[in-house]
Amino acid sequence: MPVPILQVRGVIQAYGEHSVIHGLSFALAKGRIGCLLGPSGSGKTTTLRCIAGFEAISDGEILLSGKTVSRAGYLVPPELRRIGMVFQDYALFSHLTVAGNIAFGLGLMAKSERAARVADLLSIVGLTDAQDKFPHQLSGGQQQRVALARALAPEPELLLLDEPFSSLDADLRPRLSLDVRAILKQQNATAILVTHDQQEAFALADEIGVINDGALMQWDTAYNLYHRPANRFVADFIGQGVFVNGTVLTEKQVEIELGILSGEAATQYAVGSRVDVLLRPDDIVHDDASPLQAEVLNKAFRGAEILYTLKLPSGSTALSLVPSHHNHAIGEKIGIRLEADHIVAFTKPA
Amino acid sequence: MRNLALLETSFAARTPRPVILDASGITALDTNGAWLLQRMLRTYAAQDVPAQLTGLREEFRALLELIEARTTTVDDAPIPKALGMLGRLGQETIERLDQSLRLLTFIGEVSAAFLRTIRKPSRIRWRALFSCVERAGVRAIPIVALLSFLLGIVIAYQGGLQLQSYGANIFIVELVTLTMFREFGPMMTAIIIAGRTGSAYTAEIGTMKVTEEIDALKTIGISPFELLVLPKILGLMIALPLLTLVADAAGVLGGMVMAATLLDVSYLDFLDRIPREVTLRSFLLGIGKAPVFAMIVAVVGCFQGFQVMGSADSVGRQTTVSVVQAIFLVIVTDAAFSILYSWLGI
Repeated sequence: MPVPILQVRGVIQAYGEHSVIHGLSFALAKGRIGCLLGPSGSGKTTTLRCIAGFEAISDGEILLSGKTVSRAGYLVPPELRRIGMVFQDYALFSHLTVAGNIAFGLGLMAKSERAARVADLLSIVGLTDAQDKFPHQLSGGQQQRVALARALAPEPELLLLDEPFSSLDADLRPRLSLDVRAILKQQNATAILVTHDQQEAFALADEIGVINDGALMQWDTAYNLYHRPANRFVADFIGQGVFVNGTVLTEKQVEIELGILSGEAATQYAVGSRVDVLLRPDDIVHDDASPLQAEVLNKAFRGAEILYTLKLPSGSTALSLVPSHHNHAIGEKIGIRLEADHIVAFTKPA
Repeated sequence: MRNLALLETSFAARTPRPVILDASGITALDTNGAWLLQRMLRTYAAQDVPAQLTGLREEFRALLELIEARTTTVDDAPIPKALGMLGRLGQETIERLDQSLRLLTFIGEVSAAFLRTIRKPSRIRWRALFSCVERAGVRAIPIVALLSFLLGIVIAYQGGLQLQSYGANIFIVELVTLTMFREFGPMMTAIIIAGRTGSAYTAEIGTMKVTEEIDALKTIGISPFELLVLPKILGLMIALPLLTLVADAAGVLGGMVMAATLLDVSYLDFLDRIPREVTLRSFLLGIGKAPVFAMIVAVVGCFQGFQVMGSADSVGRQTTVSVVQAIFLVIVTDAAFSILYSWLGI
């Protein structure tokens, strides 16, 4: 197996007594896009700055292509790491044109070669027409694409993206994140993205690490994070859902008030024990013929679907995503049915 | 809001037990009110007084619950005691020592970058260097010349009045020329440049730090020392001696004008006496200080730029610090030069 581009092994970063990251480990193979996802203040940006070499680490080590670049008391400076970075506020050189910005990191190249590389990158990010403009003449999305081209220009081994879309308009983000993913994949770039926005992480990344309080909660694909969360924090942080009471019936079955769920996850709990079961909005479907009735407490119209907050007969609440033409009023009772093919359950908190 | 404190004290004055808070009279409730209610309940709970809230309307209860969910216990934490005078003195001392250490590190890094580029002169950023000479040197000529000219006039006037009373008018030549060449030329120029260029260096690097452009430079493989710091230091070390030359000339000119109008020393006599009475050594000793002053101003300016943290107001703060420190160090160094020169007897 080839050496991963990035290896982070047991990294601890602390200022004085206060540690920001405690014991973080993960690896990223060539051509993959990883994402560090977590609430603000979770230490994800600090992790990125450690990987970039802006911050020293107190313990553990960071390797780029198998070479140690950071360990306690040792730091290869960022300019010698062969990394590229895209910043939250673009950090373009304001006195240089778009082409000048992109060419800036290519100082050692022959002139003709450099011009060709710049032209190439301009066409990749779709800004050929804007090459002679200055950064302040461009929109936020365009500036961020220039920043991406500039970071890609010296062909870095690893590209770091620090909340790259957070300064952009909300409606621009999904499109740009898909664009960026296409560009990165086309260049076969290895990249790490830091964000607090799940949709961004889902759209861009191949694998996602959920970080909370300076520790890695789970490193997995978006699908698994949503459907097979490793712990309560991930279950809560990723997507929507509610916990309902359940009882373990057999090794593969858990009973909740809406019916019986089947799946593997029950095996780790003793038969008869009480657990909290995670119900996603897509686990409950609307079915007029169903004998199970729930009262609509709240509804959020989302275009194609409506997200209903339902009050179950026992008084606990659940969420359900229902196609938009089933429009029910608040207070109305609607028929629901359980439709889940796996179980996500956790022991009750003490 | 203004009534809030009043309300709070009047509530605190009555502490019957157990407490029943009848909230049925509340017809309007904003977050302030909800916070106050919630805090009262918390206070009773802390004192083990059984308290009950009754009659609160349903919509207000939701607000109360929201406030309760958002309440943190930070305000209950003890406020750290303000440091005494000794404590503050110690803190300040540690901070100063820390900064001196960082300055030393910075000088070390700049020296290392300098040695790297000296070995490979192709890495010197000539464009940046000459643009620096232009901005810090050429464009500063008018202000430096004007101020030095005025300074020459002032010296000649003050000195001339004394000399006149002894009938020693002609000695105005030595007075003006020597003070300008040896002291005021280099020092005035350095002080003007500290305010004009040192501050600009801090602001430029500081702004680039705030916008993360410094980090961006590093990630595309460019050392900010080679790109930003070295050209500034070298450029100023070229520009400042040349500016000092201008200052010397303008100052002597100012003295000459004053000598001619006040002391009846003609321009010709003045110019004729300079080479006979003022040695080349005096001139060179003055000019020789300029590169040292240039280095001080540029290093302090760049260093303070890198000390900028976080936001834009930090740029302004560090710019002020940069100018004050640079001027301070220039004057201290000038005093050191005087001691050195007199010790060497030159």
